[in-house]
Amino acid sequence: MGEILANYDFVGAFWLTIQLSVLGTIGSLLLGTIVAVLRVAPVPVLRAMGTGYVNTIRNTPLTLLMVFSILGLTYILGLQISDNAKTNAFWWAVIMLSLYHATYVCEALRSGVNTIPPGQAEAARSIGLTFGQSLREVLLPQAFRGSIAPLGSAIIALIKNSTVAAMIGVTEAAGLMSEVVENETGTLGVFFIFAVGFLIMTFPLGVAVTWMSERLAVKR
Amino acid sequence: MASPLVQLSKVNKHFGDLHVLQDIDLEVNKGEVVILIGPSGSGKSTLCRTINRLETFESGSILIDGVPLPEEGRALAQLRADVGMVFQSFNLFAHKTILENVTLGPMKVRKLARADAEKEAMQLLERVGVAHQAKKVPAQLSGGQQQRVAIARSLAMHPKVMLFDEPTSALDPEMINEVLDVMVELAASGMTMIVVTHEMGFARKAADRVVFMDAGQIVETAVPNEFFANPKTDRAKDFLSKILTH
Repeated sequence: MGEILANYDFVGAFWLTIQLSVLGTIGSLLLGTIVAVLRVAPVPVLRAMGTGYVNTIRNTPLTLLMVFSILGLTYILGLQISDNAKTNAFWWAVIMLSLYHATYVCEALRSGVNTIPPGQAEAARSIGLTFGQSLREVLLPQAFRGSIAPLGSAIIALIKNSTVAAMIGVTEAAGLMSEVVENETGTLGVFFIFAVGFLIMTFPLGVAVTWMSERLAVKR
Repeated sequence: MASPLVQLSKVNKHFGDLHVLQDIDLEVNKGEVVILIGPSGSGKSTLCRTINRLETFESGSILIDGVPLPEEGRALAQLRADVGMVFQSFNLFAHKTILENVTLGPMKVRKLARADAEKEAMQLLERVGVAHQAKKVPAQLSGGQQQRVAIARSLAMHPKVMLFDEPTSALDPEMINEVLDVMVELAASGMTMIVVTHEMGFARKAADRVVFMDAGQIVETAVPNEFFANPKTDRAKDFLSKILTH
């Protein structure tokens, strides 16, 4: 066991997992917010675009998106982010995680929007705020506060789903695990180390999210 | 004589099959206080909400200070800034403090600097008697206090006219007067007001005109004392007999 720990770069693998998770979280929060705004927009075409995006991407397996980014986009369409295959795969993994989890972020935010009484939007409009200002100042802040718990679940799911990046050769934690299992042995100890590694990332996040969702809840 | 501040002509609106506003003609002059009264479902709240286009209408026209109500976009937002609105359920921004509720419009719409907006907001909160609550969030205030903040929030925009949609209907009885006192003071200060309410004491004290609505139509218009003492139409008599028996 000690030899395995010494011969493989566990810290580097988990660091890659953290990078994928952080960048994917930022990407999915940004894109998810945009899609959520589309889904509540007063213009039917924009709403249809938002709904179309969620229905298409959410119903596609993440594995398929990951593989498509390399086999489809890089090899067939020649969309290469970097000449370095590892870097290229890493950034495609970030993009696919963002695209995929944006749908969950969007739906979490939309459930948050639905907790806001209609009078809040009416009051915002009645003091002369434009649609964009109403969103920024009144609706989105309340939607975020009302959806911290489901947003937290979406981010925890994203952290664990970053393991799918191993499919396209990103040696994050799960990639390293299959390497270790293949080259050395599949002992319970090896699985345990990786399971604990993920637990260390996700468990505090879950606790923090629960605490925040209570503390930041909008009092009505 | 200048043209009326608010001018509705032949306004029509349907909710499905229900004709909620039928050929509504109404003119409100600057400084005038008009009460809209009528049984529930008569269209009085809908009419009030149509004036700043929280409700759309199908035909007819509404002019504010001679300008037709824009249909949407920035122009509509600009116009709404000039038309204050006070809701039955207060609708204070739940995630913002009392002070932020009052400064939001002046800062975002009128582009006032924070210091100026806060200074005026504190004066307005003083005027409605809740300045000491400025740092709290709405849920920490009583209904009467919240409604007074909502009035201050509207006033901060320096509106040309203020709409009140049943401002005291959601309040406990002991809080109604504190809100009505503010409204009476506002009326006395020359604010143009259109008020949906059943508070007859307020109507007698502050209103210039009572407009009685039933089934989507304006049935009767009169000065308050005349209307309450001597309603002309059977529908108004019937309505008043129902609300005055106790």
